[in-house]
Amino acid sequence: MRAKSVINAAGREVPVEINGEPAIPFKGVGKHRPKGRKYAPEVPTFIDYPADGNKEVSSLEEALRRCGLRSGMTISTHHHMRDGDLISNTVFDIASGLGVKDLVWFPSASFPCNEPLIRYLEDGTINRIEGSMNGPLGRFVSEGKMKGTAVLRSHGGRVQAIQDGEVKIDIAVLVAPSADPFGNARGTGGPSPCGVLGYAKADYLYADKVIIVTDNLVEFPCFPMEIEGNYVDYVVVTDNIGIPEKIVSGTTRITRSPDRLLIAEMTAQFLEKSGLLKDGVAMQAGAGGTSLAIAVFIHEILKERGWKSKFGFGGSTKYMVKMLEEGQLGYILDAQAFDLDAVRSVEENSNHVPYPVFNAYNYHSKGNLTSMMDIMILGATEVDVKFNGNVVTHSDGYLLHGIGGWQNCLHARNVILPLPLFRDRIPVIVDEVTTLCGPGELIDVIITERGIAINPLRDDLLRSVEGSGLPLRSIHDLKEEAEKICGKPRKALFEEDIVAAVKWVDGTVIDVIRKIKTQ
Amino acid sequence: MNKTIAVTGNAGPKVRSDCEIILDLNTGEGITLDITSKVKTLYGESIADLCRQIFTFYGISNADLKINDSGALPFVIAARLEAAIKKLTGTERDYLPDFLPGNSYTTTPDRFRLTRLYIPGNNPSLMINAGLHSADGIILDLEDSVAPERKDEARILVRNALRSVNFHGAERMVRINQGSPGLEDLDAVVPQNVNLILIPKCEDQENVRIADRRITDIRNRTGSANPLFLMPIIESALGVENAFEIAKASDNVVAIAIGLEDYTSDIGVQRTNEGLESLYARTRLVNTAKAASVQPIDSVFSDVADMEALESAVRISRSLGFEGMGCIHPRQIAVIKKGFAPSAEEIERAEKIVIAWEEAVKKGLSVVALGSKMIDPPVVARAQKTVDLAIRLGLLPADRIDIEESR
Repeated sequence: MRAKSVINAAGREVPVEINGEPAIPFKGVGKHRPKGRKYAPEVPTFIDYPADGNKEVSSLEEALRRCGLRSGMTISTHHHMRDGDLISNTVFDIASGLGVKDLVWFPSASFPCNEPLIRYLEDGTINRIEGSMNGPLGRFVSEGKMKGTAVLRSHGGRVQAIQDGEVKIDIAVLVAPSADPFGNARGTGGPSPCGVLGYAKADYLYADKVIIVTDNLVEFPCFPMEIEGNYVDYVVVTDNIGIPEKIVSGTTRITRSPDRLLIAEMTAQFLEKSGLLKDGVAMQAGAGGTSLAIAVFIHEILKERGWKSKFGFGGSTKYMVKMLEEGQLGYILDAQAFDLDAVRSVEENSNHVPYPVFNAYNYHSKGNLTSMMDIMILGATEVDVKFNGNVVTHSDGYLLHGIGGWQNCLHARNVILPLPLFRDRIPVIVDEVTTLCGPGELIDVIITERGIAINPLRDDLLRSVEGSGLPLRSIHDLKEEAEKICGKPRKALFEEDIVAAVKWVDGTVIDVIRKIKTQ
Repeated sequence: MNKTIAVTGNAGPKVRSDCEIILDLNTGEGITLDITSKVKTLYGESIADLCRQIFTFYGISNADLKINDSGALPFVIAARLEAAIKKLTGTERDYLPDFLPGNSYTTTPDRFRLTRLYIPGNNPSLMINAGLHSADGIILDLEDSVAPERKDEARILVRNALRSVNFHGAERMVRINQGSPGLEDLDAVVPQNVNLILIPKCEDQENVRIADRRITDIRNRTGSANPLFLMPIIESALGVENAFEIAKASDNVVAIAIGLEDYTSDIGVQRTNEGLESLYARTRLVNTAKAASVQPIDSVFSDVADMEALESAVRISRSLGFEGMGCIHPRQIAVIKKGFAPSAEEIERAEKIVIAWEEAVKKGLSVVALGSKMIDPPVVARAQKTVDLAIRLGLLPADRIDIEESR
């Protein structure tokens, strides 16, 4: 795409129009205040739905036909089946069979299992994907092969876009491990449990048509319902919604890399010595190997001191569950369960509460969870000397990851990024991030194996660790060390064409990704 | 020049921070480079420049070079290419990367050697961060962890690592091979400011003397300001019997270590976590070391997953009188340090003794008492060592006045 562009508040050149719709350039953190009212789907009526509450139809194709599937529509899916998803691809197999073209796929995330969709991007069944793209899909986009422009949003940005009517979902196809004929659904039970369905809420509230696909039809009422049946049009029963071992891993595992463990240990030390870790702390860490190791180290400290964390927000793992069960964590508020222990805990423990991202991350709402978190542990592919972060592209310019909840989480009180200084010769701390995903003013601490850099804006944090013996260094110093070891990297080269836009949490455009220049 | 193509280094899906070099010099077409690398966008030109520089250095103007790179740092690429060139041409010239100015530090005979981390000599990905794990020493191993056919390229890689990698103050150690390959190892590494050489499978004083003479020759030729210490490793029944003459074979010997994998197989028993089968050898080694005024250093503990078993092994090791252990995984370091750390009571008592001695010296007293007990110099020396160790392990602040200075 080539379009009229302006320089936004972050100094990035961004278009004022994306896929034919006007786009607002990023204005700065906390500067954009939208006007108007929320979007609303069509008003349905009781008389159009079966009085006995049985909305079951014979097949997904039948359901899609009845929803009026046609060219140009936007189809949404959630990613709770993760890499074991068997339905998203099927939706487009059906659409292709029906000769439908130019669809927009609007998933909450995509996975390697979605690679076969490339053929529908090539033949025009799908115009574009608006959602996270990793691996082969990202490569396809970076090489400029997708017809429409990709739009990358955070999990919170996605639900904000739905709520604000920026993205109008025509049909939401939502798989559910258990559902009743009326459409009430939950994430537990059946052969393909995923624990919780925290990513489905905005979709079923705002889509014009909602299809529930399950492999475990239960009698009414399916309880506790995370999806409420009176928002649902059709229920489809199929043999298999997912491949169980790819939906949740049997067990999530902490990193075994001694270097990553060292970073995790340094992070726990930083949190302890700075006083950020204290009784009643609210915190969140991801499910990556380093984050899990940090959680384990933190658990030990809490136990030793007799402290308890008030609540944590999932992606839940067995390590969080252990903290909950051993009494060092008050509640798990959970949008998705990553392993079998987490699934079991959701079922058994009333303090393990399903908590939709719609409530946790939506920036256009009356407050959300992220600003209430004391400690937030996040990753990044690159951070620059102004503490700006990149999570979507690699230094070679290729789009390879989604934003996830990363941008939303930046609003926590203390944002800590434990990162290796370089990965296989690729420096992680650079002069300027390849793609700007999060402004440096929201990123507080970078913890590497070769030293800790605190954002100069956080004078309070700097003072809190004075004389602590922690290896504090300036971010410039760390960047120079990375370059001394790896050599100064050459920058990736791009064409003019924009292949993807990166949205900020408020729906404004913070940066774009351009087509890779192949040499 | 019999062979026409040389292959060095490593490639494959699990290989990181290394590269594979496929070099053909039997061509008249000038230099052609075929670089496959996941960092090609960032460093493709830099890799090509480095290779051309190396070809120029060796006066090679015709070569077909294929590199399969998985993020190798320049010192690794240079080592791999040099090894390939040496294989094909037999040249003895060394292409030396810059020596990091920070790598010229020295160490002392009696420094603590509680932990020494073994790094396989042909595995660059484990070298780069080795110094970050706070081991007292880093051993770049050319012996058992390197396959026989890879010895030549490992020697070049280790040499380059000693020049280019920052080991963050850890004692810079190399374990050489036995016999004449070991002497070649010395030729390559001694000029790189190695602090300590581990000599494997020592059975008599000659094993140490041969290495010591070679080191002296090299240093006479290349010159060196810093001392170079020796740590013979005793790994056989005969070695145990001759431990004293081995420890006394050179003034440069500062420690003797025991290698239990080989020792237990030499005496024909299974090695156990409890280590009863090697009790005689170990206690004898400790006694010998003390008699020879060198440090007794214990073997490595090979089950890297079992930290509890390691903990109890360290407890036994310390109680026998050993002053350090080998590590084959960085996560063992903290456990070993903790195990060798003096207890709070030991530190307190040692501090009292040192302070009482300092006071007495200040007052010019020749007899020192603590409570009702007389303290003699060996007790003070041991107390001072405990205090130093506590400081080294961060259990006491470093600003205590040293007894030597106050005397």
